[in-house]
Amino acid sequence: MISSLKAAPLLASRSFRISLCATSLGIISIAVAANAGPRFGLLLLIGGGMGATLEGLGFGFAGPWRRLILARNPSGFLAQILSMALVALIAFPLLEGHPAELTGAHAPVGFAMVAGAYVFGICMQLLLGCGSGTLVNAGSGNLVAILALPFFAIGSFLGSFHLSWWTSLGSLPVITVSGTNGLLLTLAGLGVLGGLALLIAEKPKLSVPPRLWCAALIIAALALLHLVVAGQPWGVVYGLGLWAAKGVIAVGADVSSSSFWSAPAHQTRLSSSILTDVTSLTNLGLMAGAAFVTFCRGGFTASQQTLTPTIWVSAVVAGFLLGYSSRLAFGCNVGAFFSGITTGSLHGWIWFLCAFAGSFAGITIRNRLGMGR
Amino acid sequence: MMITRWHAVLLLLVMMAAVFVADALSSAPLDPYRAPPLFALGSGKAPSGAHCSAVVGTDK
Repeated sequence: MISSLKAAPLLASRSFRISLCATSLGIISIAVAANAGPRFGLLLLIGGGMGATLEGLGFGFAGPWRRLILARNPSGFLAQILSMALVALIAFPLLEGHPAELTGAHAPVGFAMVAGAYVFGICMQLLLGCGSGTLVNAGSGNLVAILALPFFAIGSFLGSFHLSWWTSLGSLPVITVSGTNGLLLTLAGLGVLGGLALLIAEKPKLSVPPRLWCAALIIAALALLHLVVAGQPWGVVYGLGLWAAKGVIAVGADVSSSSFWSAPAHQTRLSSSILTDVTSLTNLGLMAGAAFVTFCRGGFTASQQTLTPTIWVSAVVAGFLLGYSSRLAFGCNVGAFFSGITTGSLHGWIWFLCAFAGSFAGITIRNRLGMGR
Repeated sequence: MMITRWHAVLLLLVMMAAVFVADALSSAPLDPYRAPPLFALGSGKAPSGAHCSAVVGTDK
């Protein structure tokens, strides 16, 4: 009784909550490092930092695109551009100098990739969350995101299952830029995007809040650390598909008929713990980081929004399509857009154009479904 | 009953527990002694992780 009386005011203290969460994440990461290996513990910690930053500082992808389209407010989008430019500035020389140890998020542009990115753009506006956004929202206790998450994973798994058929419809070879010229081209492209955003912005909305600049810097630093630690850029979707594949195998299904999942590299992932899978660890970290920030703010006591049948159905359908389409598009806003562009892949740029066009359609569909603009 | 974010997070924890159970059923035991070095950069080894940009049959 006495201890519970003492614990209550202690838990109400924000600094105690922050210390508790930081310590918990540290202990969990050390436990993973001790049991799976130090790289994997550090990747969980990096994911946790990303989740805390995205949730704590309000950095995201779907929301800023939405605000840019609807309110001509470019602040969040400009923060994305800054973060990506910073990553590219360091990632390009690293990739050029260490091709045997580091790899970029490089994938081919094709019919299915284009369609996948467009559908992803639609669904990220329906769900109000992209790849990282769905995980962060789930971690913060958003019921819609939690409902969508398993369907996202199933969609990602099935998208991988059918990937060879979709890519057989036609695709270009993998096209990348590298070295100083590639970096200058990428920075120029990002500059054009930022300039266009400024051009269409409403003048009173031109200022970017300091928290977004901070978030851009932190996300850039963590994304670069991820590249240096894992040898590959930040990604989300593969891990979700892997979780669903593990579930499918656990109930006795056979995935060997899939050319994707039967490939030796993916077989290795299927037979290894998710605590040794790069994207799984950062995904877990994203959710944990967002959950800890929500806990520190005392946000878990907030009630859920009233969910209409339209919202329930949209969460299931959009969640599934987010997963499926992002596999065809070789990534989501993180794996294709953020990491693809910052490591010189053409598919990242095409992904952005298609997903941004899809976002226009998604906002319109959302409005017609009466889900709010 | 009012549904709060606590309830939703509990549901998420149950879902993640199911993922870990499925993982434990199909995975080899963890072995920290065969783990890759802390940093890929400078390790002299090719990255071994999987990524969303993976094309069919590759692990890039």
